[in-house]
Amino acid sequence: MSGFGALLRRDLRLALRQGSDTATVLAFFVIAVSLFPFGVGAERETLAAIAAGILWVAALLAALLSLDRLFQADYEDGTLDYLLAAPAAPTLLVVAKALAHWLTTGLPLVILSPLLALLLNLPPKAYPALIAGLALGTPILTLIGAIGAALVLGARRGGVLLSLLILPLYIPILIFGVGAVEAAATGQGFRVHLLLLGAMLLGALALAPFVAAVALRQAAE
Amino acid sequence: MSARLHALANPARFGRFARRVLPWTAWLAALCIGAGLVWGVFIAPPGAPPPEGQGETVRIIYVHVPSAWMSLFVYACVAAASAGALIWRHPLGHIVARAASPVGACFALLTLATGSLWGAKMWGAWWVWDARLTSVLILFFLYLGHIALTHAFDDPARGARAAAILALVGVVNLPIIKFSVDWWNTLHQPASIIRRDGPAIDAQMLAPLFLMIFGFTFYFFTVLLLRARAELAALRTRALKLRMLAA
Repeated sequence: MSGFGALLRRDLRLALRQGSDTATVLAFFVIAVSLFPFGVGAERETLAAIAAGILWVAALLAALLSLDRLFQADYEDGTLDYLLAAPAAPTLLVVAKALAHWLTTGLPLVILSPLLALLLNLPPKAYPALIAGLALGTPILTLIGAIGAALVLGARRGGVLLSLLILPLYIPILIFGVGAVEAAATGQGFRVHLLLLGAMLLGALALAPFVAAVALRQAAE
Repeated sequence: MSARLHALANPARFGRFARRVLPWTAWLAALCIGAGLVWGVFIAPPGAPPPEGQGETVRIIYVHVPSAWMSLFVYACVAAASAGALIWRHPLGHIVARAASPVGACFALLTLATGSLWGAKMWGAWWVWDARLTSVLILFFLYLGHIALTHAFDDPARGARAAAILALVGVVNLPIIKFSVDWWNTLHQPASIIRRDGPAIDAQMLAPLFLMIFGFTFYFFTVLLLRARAELAALRTRALKLRMLAA
């Protein structure tokens, strides 16, 4: 467990001192979302109708943007070999790195999302569903993304490849995330959507670190 | 069974096995597909005339349904081969997965193309975000990811291992994706486009349909054996080249 804490602290410290990833991801999120009014027109009704989809797709792409560097630096400078040789279980190491990644990229997205929803004229009663959905959904994005990031280590054009690998796997999260917001906007209950997202989060938490650890071992072999 | 599978790990033995089996699968594929096409296109009755039924358009199913079946079957084969490669380190597993995946992608693409042609005639649109079409599209993306990952590394062995893990991740995710697409579809799609109580399939159509399904399956095994043999030869060439470079 001490390995878990140490790695988490190290990754957080690295992210905070370099600062670039969080800022880049947030900037991408804001810019991508603000492009849509130019694309589909600035009518408030149109924007309100598609706000949930825009926010979720932009969050998905923003999360993807930083994922290919989840293990990349450690792989290149050899830290990964030491981490895998350490007594801590590799699955715990994956969880620690994924948690650090989520805290520095996913959580800021969740916090920023209401502001962007405001720009897109999302109905006020849909805000809880948006925030809760993103809070449950973005960790899943990180966990599934960790598998992809481990798989593409050492590949040519790893970043582009990563999007091809994991975007199809993100579709269920997108469906239920947007579904929750739309259900809330039309005054229906969105509890089912959140429960399903929660179930997916638990499933991903149980399986993804294990698979990512296997993939990491294959990469380091 | 497992002893026999392990015997095939020897490339020379696999080559002999492929040589013995290939003529059978190839001829059976040609016979089944030939007979199925003639029966399906010329002999089987057309559907009811257009406003109510599907008319001649119904004949697309003789290619569409077997392709759809194959696109799933091939993914199952890729996953099984990947599991064999990862769990038992069976050397043939990676080769089979690598050889089968592009074939599966082609079947998925054929499913999409024929489905789209059918949709253009029956729904008046080339593409509809119908649950089944969407699921096949996602399956096609999964195939593309698998193929891309296989070929993304300078070391083919590393690509094979990574792709094997991806194939297994895909198997776990496919039911979740299918379920969520169905859910999404029932929420978004007007129900009028697809009639759920479509006419039950005529026995006259079932026979050519099954012929085509068997034909496609034999065709897949023929191509798989050919491609696996080519992969083995390529591996051997690579090893020889590396040895020449080292000498």
